[in-house]
Amino acid sequence: MQPDQPDGAVGGDRDLFSKFDDIIAMREGLLASGVEDPFSLVMEKVLSPTRAICNGRDTILLGTYNYMGMTFDPDVVAAGQKALADYGAGTTGSRVLNGTYQGHKEVEEALREFYDMDHAMVFSTGYQANLGIISTIAGKGDYIVLDIDSHASIWDGCALGNAEVVPFKHNDIEAMEKRLKRIPEGAGKLVVLEGVYSMLGDVAPLAEMVKVAKDNGAMVLVDEAHSMGFIGEHGRGVCEAAGIIDQCDFIIGTFSKSVGTVGGFCVSNHPKFEIMRLVCRPYVFTASLPPSVVATAATSIRKLMHGGDKRAHLWENSKRLHLGLTDLGFKLGTDAPQSAIVAVIMPDLERGAAMWEALLKEGLYVNLARPPATPANMTLLRCSLCAEHSAEQVETILGMFERAGKAVGIIES
Amino acid sequence: MDRTEVDSRTRSIIEPFNKKGVAITDATTFAGDLEFDSLTVMDFVAAIEDEFDIIISMNQQAEIETYGNLVDAVTAMAADK
Repeated sequence: MQPDQPDGAVGGDRDLFSKFDDIIAMREGLLASGVEDPFSLVMEKVLSPTRAICNGRDTILLGTYNYMGMTFDPDVVAAGQKALADYGAGTTGSRVLNGTYQGHKEVEEALREFYDMDHAMVFSTGYQANLGIISTIAGKGDYIVLDIDSHASIWDGCALGNAEVVPFKHNDIEAMEKRLKRIPEGAGKLVVLEGVYSMLGDVAPLAEMVKVAKDNGAMVLVDEAHSMGFIGEHGRGVCEAAGIIDQCDFIIGTFSKSVGTVGGFCVSNHPKFEIMRLVCRPYVFTASLPPSVVATAATSIRKLMHGGDKRAHLWENSKRLHLGLTDLGFKLGTDAPQSAIVAVIMPDLERGAAMWEALLKEGLYVNLARPPATPANMTLLRCSLCAEHSAEQVETILGMFERAGKAVGIIES
Repeated sequence: MDRTEVDSRTRSIIEPFNKKGVAITDATTFAGDLEFDSLTVMDFVAAIEDEFDIIISMNQQAEIETYGNLVDAVTAMAADK
């Protein structure tokens, strides 16, 4: 007779899940120490871009990517509501079939104006934008030269394509140049960089790196996910601040950070760029964004063009938090504030998780980042500031860090 | 450059990365015997690339499991230059 359950425990060599045993053990070890699970937080209510009820507590949000606080902007919300009512809940189709509505054309128009570029192509997420563009433009025999600390979506774009993948040490201009010079004559070259690296919140020396890339005949793709809306005079990113935006062949960005909704995009001046819409599989073989999402994104992008005052206030917040945490004795990811991200380096995962929990009990949410997502196997408490954080909130946050840091023993009491 | 020369130059580069002083043969594995993590791999590959003025792409690295694989690959690449 056939048993209705397997004989004995599932496991051993044949269980496809045995490859996850190490990470299961690490997670169980962490939870056995009694801390709240850092990766199962629930926000029961969201009160504003900077406040929510998390696991039952009124909490200041310092770990979102809502840099410009657009999620509750009345114009943005109204645009989404109108599109939801007028166009329905979703498109149920690919951009190249029945999934391009008026709103998708309008958000692409808003992006072209925002970046002052000829072409804009909207994907369903930022992850898919990197996945699609990188895997499609760099083919067999081409070389992708990229920073070793690149985001997972960039690595996955490399893995999906057939190009030769050549990483170099983080932000190391000389290491990048050496690799470019060793690429065989005649091969296509794509250099992939990020404006802001989100783990430590540091920026790339784009002026130097893009020049080296161009001098060596490479095309340049810059991911400005964490700088859009904030860095640069018009909020176009680190490439604008560095004065080399006209040298960037492709800029990748997202709607899920400063723009305040979800979606991804690539903007470019390449004369043949529009062919991407037919050959880029992560663009073609997925449903397009819902009408309400593209309407909120278009409205938000247009408002971000005129966000100079908010940008200035966000810089003030970033500088104050960086200085305050430094004065308290915390070890930070950068010597000076370079972006809206301030990363606090924890001695290890156990004390990082304890500090994360102590902050949550104080009423502060930050991001706990751990290997393998982090460089050099660091455990980080990542703070990301919002233009809607008031100066008083930043002082409150510093008080919370001081109490929690002393209680957990991260700083001296 | 012949395999013997690549082997001897590679041995001197690997020394500072061989923290446990593992005896190195062609069968020595980087992940298992030498316990190289991803950061060590990056630094080690960069050192080899600089020494021989070659590129070892991640695609090629995936094929290199043992010390002997590496010396063979580098010998072939250096011959192509």
